[in-house]
Amino acid sequence: MAIFLTENSKVIVQGMTGSEGMKHTTRMLASGTNVVGGVNPRKAGTTVDFPEGKQVPVFGTVAEAMAETGADVSVLFVPPAFTKAAVIEAIDAGIGLAVVITEGVAVKDTAEFYNYSLGKGTRIIGPNCPGLISPGKSNAGIIPADIAGPGKIGLVSKSGTLTYQMMFELRDFGFSTGVGIGGDPIIGTTHIDCLEAFENDPETVAIVMIGEIGGDAEERAAAYIKDNVTKPVVGYVAGFTAPEGKTMGHAGAIVSGSSGTAQAKKEALEAAGVKVGKTPSETAALMREIMQGLSA
Amino acid sequence: MDLYEYQARDIFEQHGVPVLVGATATTPAEARAAAETVGANSGGVTVVKAQVKTGGRGKAGGVKVAKTADEAEQYAEQILGMDIKGHTVKTVMIAQGAQIAEEYYFSILLDRANRTYLAMCSKEGGMDIETLAVERPEALARIAVDPNVGIDEAKAREIVEAASFEAETGDKIVPVLQKLWEVYRDEDATLVEVNPLVQTAAGDIVALDGKVSIDGNSDFRHPEHEAFVDHSKTDPLEVLAIERNLNYVKLDGDVGIIGNGAGLVMSTLDVVAYAGEEFENADGNHPKPANFLDIGGGANAEVMANGLDVIFEDKQVKAVFVNVFGGITACDAVADGIVKAYGILEGHGKSPKPLVVRLDGNNAEEGRRILDEAALPLLERVDTMDGAARRVAELAAAAN
Repeated sequence: MAIFLTENSKVIVQGMTGSEGMKHTTRMLASGTNVVGGVNPRKAGTTVDFPEGKQVPVFGTVAEAMAETGADVSVLFVPPAFTKAAVIEAIDAGIGLAVVITEGVAVKDTAEFYNYSLGKGTRIIGPNCPGLISPGKSNAGIIPADIAGPGKIGLVSKSGTLTYQMMFELRDFGFSTGVGIGGDPIIGTTHIDCLEAFENDPETVAIVMIGEIGGDAEERAAAYIKDNVTKPVVGYVAGFTAPEGKTMGHAGAIVSGSSGTAQAKKEALEAAGVKVGKTPSETAALMREIMQGLSA
Repeated sequence: MDLYEYQARDIFEQHGVPVLVGATATTPAEARAAAETVGANSGGVTVVKAQVKTGGRGKAGGVKVAKTADEAEQYAEQILGMDIKGHTVKTVMIAQGAQIAEEYYFSILLDRANRTYLAMCSKEGGMDIETLAVERPEALARIAVDPNVGIDEAKAREIVEAASFEAETGDKIVPVLQKLWEVYRDEDATLVEVNPLVQTAAGDIVALDGKVSIDGNSDFRHPEHEAFVDHSKTDPLEVLAIERNLNYVKLDGDVGIIGNGAGLVMSTLDVVAYAGEEFENADGNHPKPANFLDIGGGANAEVMANGLDVIFEDKQVKAVFVNVFGGITACDAVADGIVKAYGILEGHGKSPKPLVVRLDGNNAEEGRRILDEAALPLLERVDTMDGAARRVAELAAAAN
């Protein structure tokens, strides 16, 4: 199974012919992802060569690419100024999943395309995220595919490198799906969306949730876990020592007033029965115990 | 980016939001001159207001009503240079005096939880809105605003009705809310707050004090927002980091931090702070992180050199922790980057500080081998994040 992305996913790349798009399409193909097309109106009708003799056709629009290939996932490497138009094009074409890797998208644009997507059948992941990977099946985004293989742990994280770190620490168990949801103030898919999907995914037996300072997404996820999640959840929150009022890299990672602190998030998660690690390795150790208990 | 009140006032005026006449001054003499002009329409009465990006300035004595230009000059003398919650007052705004009949509250902001915008409105403005929200939540109307629709006349009516305004006052407020929405939308704001929104004795609605926050990600379509960037108060190391295009935040500590990815760097700050609790320097203080520095998922050599350069420039820094997880860029490339960075720094005549490097992830063994062979001065390699944090804290404590 896995969530959102499976071995049957057919992936197109908006912005494939740019430098980031080329680099990561090469990586996606190398990890076995079924990349069926690129989208670029100025290069429509051409074909791009990738290593090992792979060729990917370029289409003028998302709609055309979907009609020709049956694509159901789009990964976007489109510059911030053009991201909103590209996402709306994907929504209008009826794509099932749009993974927005682009960093630096104006929050107004995200607010607009996210609200536009509601009721139209498109799930958006990101923006400003590393995408998602169902190891051994498909990889939509920039998560390095060689960190960990398939397994039974589901992972959802606001942070890219912490996702990689955690997958690495638990690589002997492997993952059903790892989702990097991004650290922007407004994101298309939340911790809660992923928790719900992991809860319903028969392949996933336990869940790691990585959060960071800012907003109250982790607190809301905690409330959701308490009422809806029966699988064991281990949590980690970055930013305990971040001072108030300083933005830490992610546009959403800022402590304003009393809200958004790591301590408040940790307490909320623990009150919901989530074991929270003090460091990434301690968090991995907690998950290790759970996995060993489940297999015993 | 938060704007000063006078900048918010100017933006409001550009968008047709009713505001009072106001002018800024950075010296008492300028304040007097401003008061003579500004006060002409209000019987000489002006309000001298400290311009700081923090709340509570009224309580701190940063807002004074002046009856004459002489008084405005005296108050400006008192207020300029004042410290309000760690912010030094460098500018005052001289605003026209007003006869206030009633004070209201209005704001529009990003609602992260619902992924929409939220309008908040109350008949009881002027006070601390967070207190009102807690003590009398029923007095604060909260209305969701669809980002693709905004505050049109119907939405503005819904807001004033939810806030229980009487029809006559509500009619006057509705167009002002529509203008404030235009400010929010057209300026790519994440917050527009008016507290208080007043009704004057003459029955006019006026935005008396405004707070506006602008989304930095929208700079590409707002070259004019460059004028709002406050270069004066930025830390010199932060200025250097901006010149080098680095994602750097200065903190108050002695352990320099470099990592790849915002989440990992935040996590590194925590792990170093925890490890620091175990050690004490000669002054009895615990080592703490000196900065946040994210060199990005790619972690290339030049960025690494720039990062080390800025951190070595920080006089407070006694030891440095480079914490890299090799993902997109594998560890051998990162190790090459560190070796090259040392070469670049040597070229700049910089002497290194004690450096602890933790490399993990893809090709970690090859990366570690490269570092060991290079045998760089003062560089130590520790292979776990927790272990490396302990070691760097120990080095920082010993260096004092």
